[in-house]
Amino acid sequence: MTVPPIAMLAELTYRCPLSCPYCSNPIEMAQQDQELETATWADVFRQAADLGVLQLHLSGGEPASRRDLTELVHAARTAGLYTNLITSGIGLSQKRLAELDEAGLDHIQLSLQGTDAGMADMIGGYRGGFDRKMKVAGWIAEIGFPLTLNAVLHRKNLHQLPRAIEMAVEMGARRIEVATVQFHGWALQNRDALMPTKEQAKEATRIVAEARVALKGKLVIDYVPADYHSDYPKRCMGGWGTTGLNVAPDGLVLPCHAAQSIPHLEFESVRYRRLRDIWYDSAAFNAYRGTDWMADPCKSCERKTVDFGGCRCQAMALLGDANATDPVCVKSPHHGRLQDQAAAHASAEAELVYRSAPAKAP
Amino acid sequence: MDPSSIPALPRGVRLHFDKIRDTWVLLAPERAVTLDAIGHAVLSEVDGRRSFAEITASLAEKYSAPQAQIADDSEGFLTALRNRRFLDVSP
Ligand code: SF4
Ligand code: SF4
Repeated sequence: MTVPPIAMLAELTYRCPLSCPYCSNPIEMAQQDQELETATWADVFRQAADLGVLQLHLSGGEPASRRDLTELVHAARTAGLYTNLITSGIGLSQKRLAELDEAGLDHIQLSLQGTDAGMADMIGGYRGGFDRKMKVAGWIAEIGFPLTLNAVLHRKNLHQLPRAIEMAVEMGARRIEVATVQFHGWALQNRDALMPTKEQAKEATRIVAEARVALKGKLVIDYVPADYHSDYPKRCMGGWGTTGLNVAPDGLVLPCHAAQSIPHLEFESVRYRRLRDIWYDSAAFNAYRGTDWMADPCKSCERKTVDFGGCRCQAMALLGDANATDPVCVKSPHHGRLQDQAAAHASAEAELVYRSAPAKAP
Repeated sequence: MDPSSIPALPRGVRLHFDKIRDTWVLLAPERAVTLDAIGHAVLSEVDGRRSFAEITASLAEKYSAPQAQIADDSEGFLTALRNRRFLDVSP
């Protein structure tokens, strides 16, 4: 039975001053003039609340690139949604943060590209970004917004993990997300530059375990381990079409942010259909819901309702078959090859391919 | 939890009635915790001023149940919230 979604990720825009080489935005990005207008988003937020969504994540791109961000936050809170802003901090001024506070913003998740300007600005491809982010973190603390620091880690900056955890404490964050890069979107092209080594992945797991003990009750640490080096895949999105949905800048509703990489799926837009109907009745949401679509080894596996066969987009990207068992899984016939591939990526050297900006309107 | 400790919901953590699922939830950063009757009763009393002992005493009277039992039933839940930083406890 299909249950209502709990969370919605609203990708307000693909625009972003940064150009992180692991950005989860699609390679082909919608043009700016296709972005939903303020009133449409406000309506989508009301529809989401009516559907059962409790948590709204305002994301992008950089959501602060939307001039109407404060209005959107106000609309979300009016709809009754818990409203979280996922931001790099660039584009937020002290004044703007005060307005967001006024509008009722519940929580901020601030991304961290590195723990010093050299690393952070190199990864984000934006000079001065780190210094600006530190200022923004100070204003966030002054206002008292609950804060999560989101550290994205990969081969080039995994050694900075201990410092990232310290910084979260210094900023007064209640929580840090230690997220090893997931290889979707732009990151897939950057595997030779970003794939962590197996040793790095192990070390990160150890550091996280120790810090969790040392900082118990002070800082919550949520950890996304290195995918390719794991034995079991992630339960992506809490299961396809069970927990959450994404709305892209142009209004397309997606079961996960990478879903557009599965070519045979067709997505519907909030411009033409109610969110409720898309959630319950659209072909894309029903395609991988539950376990009926599975083949072996997933079909006969006792973990099939634990991880739902892993990530469909990863099966697509790595095997060319979105119905296949996620090759991260030890039970996948392709697991060994993936591990070899991971080791090869981890020992390769390559220049970073930066995310490029969405096309301007013609 | 010490009887004299004062629990408080920090900024960004709030009770919310979920009309769609017909239940009370605790909304917090990146989480929605479904509350059972005891959880909701206890958190409704948390006001950042009264101690844990005062809260359990008030609930004991309201529901004519032994105070010790209410303290027992809610302690694990409150500690779990505290460990997730969904509840501040002072001192
Ligand atoms: S990952 Fe980097 S480039 Fe992509 S939206 Fe986030 S901050 Fe911008
Ligand atoms: S076989 Fe499928 S269901 Fe079983 S653990 Fe692997 S991915 Fe998960």
